[in-house]
Parts: sequence; C-alpha cells; structure tokens
Amino acid sequence: MNYLIEHPARVALLAGAHLALVAAALACALAIALPVGFALARSERASRAVLALLGALYTVPSLALLALLVQALGLGPAPIFVALVAYAQFVLVRNVLAGVHAVDPGQRDAAIGVGMSPLQRALRVELPQALPIVIGGVRIAGVAMIALATLGGYVGAGGLGSLIFMGFTLHHTDEIVAGSVAVCALAIALDAALRLAERLARAH
Amino acid sequence: MSGAAIRLSRVRARYPGAKQPAVDGVDLDLQPGEFVALVGASGSGKSTLLRTINRLVPIESGRIELDGSDVMELDPVTLRRGIGYAIQAVGLFAHMNVAQNVAVVPSLLRWDRTRIAERVDEMLELVRLDPLRYRYRRPSELSGGEAQRVGVARALAAEPRVLLMDEPFGALDAIVRRALQRELHGIVRAAETTTLFVTHDVREAQRLADRIVVMRDGRIEPPESEFARELFSDA
Repeated sequence: MNYLIEHPARVALLAGAHLALVAAALACALAIALPVGFALARSERASRAVLALLGALYTVPSLALLALLVQALGLGPAPIFVALVAYAQFVLVRNVLAGVHAVDPGQRDAAIGVGMSPLQRALRVELPQALPIVIGGVRIAGVAMIALATLGGYVGAGGLGSLIFMGFTLHHTDEIVAGSVAVCALAIALDAALRLAERLARAH
Repeated sequence: MSGAAIRLSRVRARYPGAKQPAVDGVDLDLQPGEFVALVGASGSGKSTLLRTINRLVPIESGRIELDGSDVMELDPVTLRRGIGYAIQAVGLFAHMNVAQNVAVVPSLLRWDRTRIAERVDEMLELVRLDPLRYRYRRPSELSGGEAQRVGVARALAAEPRVLLMDEPFGALDAIVRRALQRELHGIVRAAETTTLFVTHDVREAQRLADRIVVMRDGRIEPPESEFARELFSDA
C-alpha cells in the first residue's frame, strides 16, 4: 500500500487511462451489440447460432487471444481494445436479446398499430423498456473488462496493468498491491454506479 | 356505392400454419362517419378482421379500401398513422407519461411542439382528465378507467378519419364502462369519425353503434339468422 500512499497522483493517472480504455471499448462493444441484439431478436435460430459462436469466443483464454491480436495488430492499445470488445459481446448481446424479449407483446403491437417504423419501434419503445436489462449486461461486461484491461499493461497499452507488470518485473510487491487495489476499486465503483443506473431505469 | 370510408371485399386472412382461415370471405362497407360494432365470440375472427384494416394482419385474398384506395398499395406505416387504434389497457406505453402517450402519433407526424402540447391538453379535456393532474402520470399510476380514457385520447389525437377499437373497455367495471361509452359516443359523433368497434358485449354494441355486425367462424352472420337473433334476444 505504500506506493499508493506515496504516489497517489501517478496511480490516479494510470487509473484514469485504465478507465478511459474500458469506457471506449465498452462504448464500441455496445454500438455493435445493440443493433446485433435487436436484429437477432427477430429470429430465434439466428440468435441461437450467434450466441453459441460468441460463447465459444468467450471461452478462448484471454492471454492466448491477446497474443494472437498482438501478432496481428502489434503492441499498444489496439490489441487489448479489440480483445475487450470481443469478450464483451457475449454478455452484451445476450442481455440485449433478453431485454427485447422481455418487452410485452401488447406494447409492440401498439407501437406498430400507431404507425411506428421498425427503427422507431426499436428506439422509442423496445430500447427504453429493455434498458434495465441492457444496463445489467453493461455492468457485468464492464466489471469483467476492468479486470481484463489489466493485461493491457503487458502489451504496452498503459493503464493500471503497467504498474502491476512493472512490480512483477522488479519484484516490487508495493506496485503490484497498489495496482491491484486500484483495479478492484475501479471495478467496485463501476459496479455501484451501474447498479444505480439500472435501478433508476427500472423505476422509470 | 363508391363513397364508403372503409370497404372490405371478400377479405380472407389466415394465421401462419392454421388450416381454417380466421377471416373467411368478409364483405363489409362503412359509410363516412358511421359507427359499426363487430360482435361475436372469442375466436370468431372479429379482432383479426379489425387488424387487417391497419395491416397488422396480412390478408390472403380480397381487397380493403380506405376512402377508395387499396390499403395494400399504401405504405403500412403511413396508413397506420392515419388510423386511430385503441386496444385494451396494455396498449399505453409503460415508459411514457400520459402526455407522451397522447402525443405519440402527432409527434410521429412531426407536428410542432406547441401544437402537440395544445392538442394533448385538448384531448385530455375531451376525455375528462384534468391535464394539470394527469399530464405527467405514468400508466401504472392510472386506474383502469383513466388508462382507457388516455387510450381513447391517444387514438384520436391526430384527428384520424377512421378509428379502430378492439374491446377498449373490456377490463372495466360496469359503471366506468357506461360513462366511457357515453363519452366515446359523443366524441366520435362530434368528429364524424368512421369507427369500427370490436366487442363481445352485445349491449355495449347496441348502446354505441349505428349498425351491428355479427361474426361467427370467420364470416359475417346474416342479421336474420337464428344465431344472430338468439344473440340479440339474450342481451
């Protein structure tokens, strides 16, 4: 803990970079998962196939995937960014699908009946009503991504992982502990914030 | 006559995989401003018939005209925006407040904000809900009768020439039901909205409609038939 007490500014800076990486990856992952989930909600067969594929991807060890991505994309933030987006898809797509399925068929019928186009129906009725479940997926994916982003330190993407890997290389336990505590704190904070958002969306 | 507001000719509709058509060769004309009630048991095809008009159910054969134009040649989204549609309580959007629900079709039609706000208040007053008290309430904060009033206000907000109602008062107790029937009657008469109203309640149909059409097994039952006469004598 000494490192954390002696260098709070440096740890905060790394935590900021860590969070920025996760936030960007999460936004990108959601931009993919939302349209994919909505499209899949119209076909049960397609959704089963895509979920099986994403589930398989989810079981690939993260270190192995990252190694492959470094081969393809080189060092830096790119490989970890792609890995984060890929891992998030399983949870996000599954929750978007569950959210859309949870919308009352009567609400959908009314949306079509008043003359909403398919896009308007998705944006004005299905998405707002699916929101609590979608946010639940963002929360689970986000917490996992905070942990996973630590590997970014290994491939030169910065973030709290670089502190942990530096400590590992130099046999400095202080850095490892400081990095780990900060990662946990970020994960807990994100979880709490998104739990709150989920509750607010549900209350609406 | 070519002046019918709604004209159905030999309309047939079938649910995917069903052997029997749900609607089996129906001919029906509604004159402009006419209020027609469709009565029949559940499964008689009355709701399905109603839903073919705004193309929620595709027709297998036959022809449906609105003011002389074939609905199959119109864009379904545009078609539906021109038709008021009211169903049981579940039809109000749960995540929108009362004002947003009433404003749905005007905002889809891109009316400007002040016109929409005025129209919402006007519609709420028309269905006897004080806009100041009700505007920001959620459907979950409404009684069954209040929710149904909002449903009627939403269906009529964009001044549709045609109104389709599917058991709109089905879930209400007798007293609230009577009050709403009287109000609806007054409102659609004043606006001369051509209305097709589905109900299984013959007395409700008698109170509201200019004409009652009986459906049975996907067909229209002649009024002089034994089945129709029995239905009316029981009421």
